[in-house]
Amino acid sequence: MDFLVSIWEWLHEYVQYTIYSGVKALAILLPLFIVVAYYTLAERKVIGYMQIRKGPNRVGPKGLFQPFADMFKLMFKEIIIPTNSNRYLFIIAPVITFAPAMAAWAVIPFNDTLVFSNINAGLLYILAMTSVGVYGVIIAGWASNSKYALLGAMRSAAQIVAYEIAMGFALVGVLMVGGSLNLGDIVNKQAGGLEHWFFIPLLPLFFVYLISGVAETNRAPFDVAEGESEIVAGFHVEYSGMTFAVFFLAEYANMILIAMLCALLFFGGWLSPIPELVGDGTGWLFGKTAVFMLLFLWFRATFPRYRYDQIMRLGWKVLLPVTIFWLAVEGVAVYFKIGPWFD
Amino acid sequence: MIETIIFYVFAVATVVSACAVVTVKNPVHATLSLVLTFFTSAVIWMTLEAEFLAISLVLVYVGAVMVLFIFVVMMLDINVARLREGFVRYLPLGLAVAVIMLLLMLSVVTSDIFVLEAGSEPVAKPADYSNTKALGGVLYTEYVFAFEIAAVILLVAIIAAISLTMRKRTQTKYQSPSDQMKVRKSDRLRIVDMPSSEEQ
Repeated sequence: MDFLVSIWEWLHEYVQYTIYSGVKALAILLPLFIVVAYYTLAERKVIGYMQIRKGPNRVGPKGLFQPFADMFKLMFKEIIIPTNSNRYLFIIAPVITFAPAMAAWAVIPFNDTLVFSNINAGLLYILAMTSVGVYGVIIAGWASNSKYALLGAMRSAAQIVAYEIAMGFALVGVLMVGGSLNLGDIVNKQAGGLEHWFFIPLLPLFFVYLISGVAETNRAPFDVAEGESEIVAGFHVEYSGMTFAVFFLAEYANMILIAMLCALLFFGGWLSPIPELVGDGTGWLFGKTAVFMLLFLWFRATFPRYRYDQIMRLGWKVLLPVTIFWLAVEGVAVYFKIGPWFD
Repeated sequence: MIETIIFYVFAVATVVSACAVVTVKNPVHATLSLVLTFFTSAVIWMTLEAEFLAISLVLVYVGAVMVLFIFVVMMLDINVARLREGFVRYLPLGLAVAVIMLLLMLSVVTSDIFVLEAGSEPVAKPADYSNTKALGGVLYTEYVFAFEIAAVILLVAIIAAISLTMRKRTQTKYQSPSDQMKVRKSDRLRIVDMPSSEEQ
């Protein structure tokens, strides 16, 4: 033990810091991967029961080892690179989607003190990171040298630009109440029980955020970028094996991120709804996140896919005016210091 | 020490990708190089403790503007061979523009505004210093008129762009979602009562 301590002290300060941060990052990302794995199983099970069938139940007890079976299958499959595709960009595209999806988790606070990087501009950082992820989709579609993939990439680009604006405006509303870009500060501003949470003054913005979040992650009913019935699998039609798995992983990590942001920004994060009875804790955050994660699956099981022009109309002509109107209302509320929120 | 290493890594990446924007043959590759240039410049800004500007650069230029650029470039069917013609013909003009821009930049950088006082390095701000707050404070008090004017100019540009491209096209067929939603069952469906089996 002394030997290890002496090695640690011998290391340079920067090396120590790098190792320390690396371990912290792994402590966030490894559980995230496990949650993603079981989220895929939950998706198949939940949708299965909603459609009155059982879902996967063969691998392990009640199908609990299904995610690992899927993972090994994907790992050992051949990666096929289409002829005349752009080989380098084809391989790098999943990485470009994956890296920002992971990097965004750096500023997520799990309670008052448990946060990887407590930066001032946390919310802005998350917006920036999630907006970079679209490049993976666009590059994948272009580099595949396939008409279906290109169509998927085009749809995805237009859709994400449209919904990012509504999403950004909805978050401006959160900033106006929270008075800070730091996620920890935003949650602490909601302290004092259920009636202090931001979803009450920001109900329209919450719905806009949730809908845009579903659209941003390319999930049903906004999954026209994949659209199995029209363009087979959209941007990742040419991907197989591990390259496909990385896209998959990024999509599910993004869904969990959006669910957690909903809980943090609008539903008080780790704060208890009735602080007199039950204490605050990270469990509350995970519980609230799980509810929103379930919503993503529920949407997929119940709604038919939107038509493409309807998606554009909803984004530009419905969600955007709603957010701008509500920001004006909020401005008035801030001026007159209405309720327990705007003091 | 580590800041210097980070700076040089990203500075080299910025210069290389910026050169690639104008030298690579494929327009999509050129656009992607431009994205990389923006991204690495954002990192350099970050090392200057300008975190708000750095993240805004990624959010606005990388996340929105360049997506639209790539969108357009991918849709265009550009003939690469024809683009490469006339390189020598336009070389003198390009060089002249480059020299003028270099001189302008030098004149700004060496002017009084940018010269540091002798021996004084800018002092790093403490960790709790909020760049965002400081920027907002200046932008909405001291420079509020300049800020508003910039906003109005952008609005004018938006209206101009829309009015230039919006023209009546008689050929186009489009759907009216509000009409579609107003449709009721009785408008489309007529239930007729027909006896299923009749004696002939």
